[in-house]
Amino acid sequence: MTTKLGEVDVVIVGLGWTGGILAKELTEAGMKVVALERGGMRTSENDYSLPNIRDELRYVVRHDLMQNTARDTLTVRNNPQQEALPMRRLGSFLPGEVVGGSGVHWSGHTWRWTDMEFKIRSNYEERYGKKFIPDDMTIKDWGISYAELEPYYEKFEYTAAVSGKAGNLAGTIQAGGNPFEAPRARDYPLPPLTPILASEMFSDAARNAGYHPFPRPSANASQPYTNPDGSKFGGCQYCGYCQRFGCEANAKGSAHMTVIPIAMRNPNFELRTHAWATRVNKDSDGKRVTGVTYTNVLNGEEFEQPASIVLLCAYVLNNVHLLLLSGIGAPYDPVTQTGVVGKNYCYQTGAGATLFFDGKYFNPFMNAGGSNATIDDFNTNWAFDRAPHDFLGGFNVSGGFNTALPIGYRPVPSGTPQWGTAWKQATAKWYQTAMTINASGSVMANRHNCFDLDPTYRNAFGQPLMRMTFDYKDNEHKMGVHAAGVINDIAKSMNPTKLNSATARTDPWTVVPYQSTHNTGGAIMGSNPRDSVLNKYLQSWDCHNLFVIGANAFPHNSSYNPTGPVGALAYWTADAIKNHYVKNPGPLVQA
Amino acid sequence: MKKPELDRRDFIKGAVVGGAAAAGATTAITPIDIAQAEPAPAAPTAAPQAAGYEFLNLDEAAFIEALVDHMIPADDISPKGTDLGVNIYIDRALAGSWGKGDRLYMQGPWKPGAPSQGYQLPLTPAQLYRAGIEAANTHCRKTYGQSFDRLEAAQREEVLVGLSTGKIKFDSGLPVRTFWTTLYQTVVEGMYSDPIYGGNRNKAGWAIIGFPGAIAVHRDHVESYRGKPFPSKPLGIADLS
Repeated sequence: MTTKLGEVDVVIVGLGWTGGILAKELTEAGMKVVALERGGMRTSENDYSLPNIRDELRYVVRHDLMQNTARDTLTVRNNPQQEALPMRRLGSFLPGEVVGGSGVHWSGHTWRWTDMEFKIRSNYEERYGKKFIPDDMTIKDWGISYAELEPYYEKFEYTAAVSGKAGNLAGTIQAGGNPFEAPRARDYPLPPLTPILASEMFSDAARNAGYHPFPRPSANASQPYTNPDGSKFGGCQYCGYCQRFGCEANAKGSAHMTVIPIAMRNPNFELRTHAWATRVNKDSDGKRVTGVTYTNVLNGEEFEQPASIVLLCAYVLNNVHLLLLSGIGAPYDPVTQTGVVGKNYCYQTGAGATLFFDGKYFNPFMNAGGSNATIDDFNTNWAFDRAPHDFLGGFNVSGGFNTALPIGYRPVPSGTPQWGTAWKQATAKWYQTAMTINASGSVMANRHNCFDLDPTYRNAFGQPLMRMTFDYKDNEHKMGVHAAGVINDIAKSMNPTKLNSATARTDPWTVVPYQSTHNTGGAIMGSNPRDSVLNKYLQSWDCHNLFVIGANAFPHNSSYNPTGPVGALAYWTADAIKNHYVKNPGPLVQA
Repeated sequence: MKKPELDRRDFIKGAVVGGAAAAGATTAITPIDIAQAEPAPAAPTAAPQAAGYEFLNLDEAAFIEALVDHMIPADDISPKGTDLGVNIYIDRALAGSWGKGDRLYMQGPWKPGAPSQGYQLPLTPAQLYRAGIEAANTHCRKTYGQSFDRLEAAQREEVLVGLSTGKIKFDSGLPVRTFWTTLYQTVVEGMYSDPIYGGNRNKAGWAIIGFPGAIAVHRDHVESYRGKPFPSKPLGIADLS
């Protein structure tokens, strides 16, 4: 039996960064908001405190803050000819499952994606001609502009305490920042983090090679900070336990210590933890959604929560899964290339080198989440001519450390034995005296990379798992070759004692090891319902009172981490709902 | 000038200032010289480990003890694997929730799948270990006439090379590579995880590489120790609790 609850203005599924931002903004606008979070409550004081948070086994290896694949997971395959099998434990990506979501355990890297992404098809067609874009590459313009998002990027950066150095203030290039960034109205709220030796050495080498290194912008407060909402941040302690951990110092911008507590103090807000959404309900003509059905996973009881507006804020994978389970929007079929839900799933690629310097101490255990210097010369630099390398998109290259803890990070030169005294000697010699240079590369949408419902495997609620079909294509392989070359040239110029060179990836995508929690697409935004699920306000074309917020809206993936535009789009959507939608409920863009 | 010894409780309080500063925000963080912090002699991890195994039977215990002492021999870098407690770590991990398949999707149908699809066996880690040790010992008895723990060092080396390269095939059909990958990962975990889990005894694993452990605040060190060795005695969770 399902208990039907009283109607509220808004129900939010998932309480991480996007759900938290919308909960705060909409309750402040006077709306009654209920948030359903499948995970439990965690706080900095109680859960991320010393010394227990300093536990690599628990948080990195055993995934304490992450989604539990025993209850729900994906099936995975590299191509439609393969039989998809369940991802039986997490590996390649790590979505969070607690109040605060993945925003608890991220590293804080916060980028502004620009019109190079938002107008990608137009840009490449204009410069290189239509034929430059392969037939199976389903990239498209996003239907939004950098100028529209700029104030919302700023809002997110100031909320999350991003430390960095502006490279382009209102059109004037700033020394020390990223000269290729799009113009920003204001600098970052906080100065850059203190550089570490590895990032300084990388910067020197990159500069000598003619590139333009800058400190990676990160939501790690470089000094104590109070954000515009009054949320208090401690200064980053460079503790070395950032990625995969909650921050004991409240120095890492996270929803659980900013927007969520503000919403929770508002009487208009109610949070239900351990509430697992299984379906978004539609009305009889399918033009509107009526609410969300969920199960209290503490006792198995099922509820229906009616609402005037439904917001899916449950990470890319769960947002798309819920749309497919609820029959909202036409499912995408890669064979006929019809339908839209599940289309344009993208990921990221990369390459990396390890440099060994006899006698140089990098102290890999002293770093912030963003202790890297980066170059964007092959990324947001449109002057970089892609034609000779025959790929679209770009990659950024960074030197530094981020969470180099010893179960996972023990660099040794290639050819070192895997056990015995020689292994221990090499581990002892190089743990502190090695550094890495890594490239993160974009992935262009491809007609075969997509989500749909698996025909065989089911989750703990008896529902079909979502099936992911993904592999890297020639475009990514060509980019990998170029990125590895750039990395190796910089690395060699630094004269390391030994070098494990970067190599271009040629293997298929695999579910192990960890790569990045930067999944994108599946419920993408666009300017018409024929090739997108959402309009530019992340409003469903099918049901105007449904908004699907997150990187699911990205029609392709750039080389940057996604949280900057995810946060900006959450604020942008909140404004659209507050200022336009509630006054006149209906489509905010005419199809 | 000799700096005053830091009391363990003061150290914890100081370390928590990072969190407190978040609430208070205006006070600067009190700098603490972590390098001077000493673990208390009575810390729980300094106490002898509880003897005995929760999961491993006699054959399995003999296999694991021989394995970890071969992979981690006693030398001037560290004590041997069993003296580091790596065997105890593995036993406790297998007996605990991870070994029982916590967080593992265990619904069929079961298929071997492609390597890119990851772990696909219908076995919990503890079941995988049990089947893997049995299969490895079967291989050893067939090849050398004795179980792994009774082999000479050179023969043990040959077995590990065979397991790690996939040259050995198990008659039982258990995939060697999956067994080896799990085995290897847990040995590494037993060396480098916090001592509260039974391995890395006396933080001797961390001492191999100069990893300072669970210490908290490097705000000042990031500048003052840039490019310089950081002279720390490692601290674990129990030292700070």
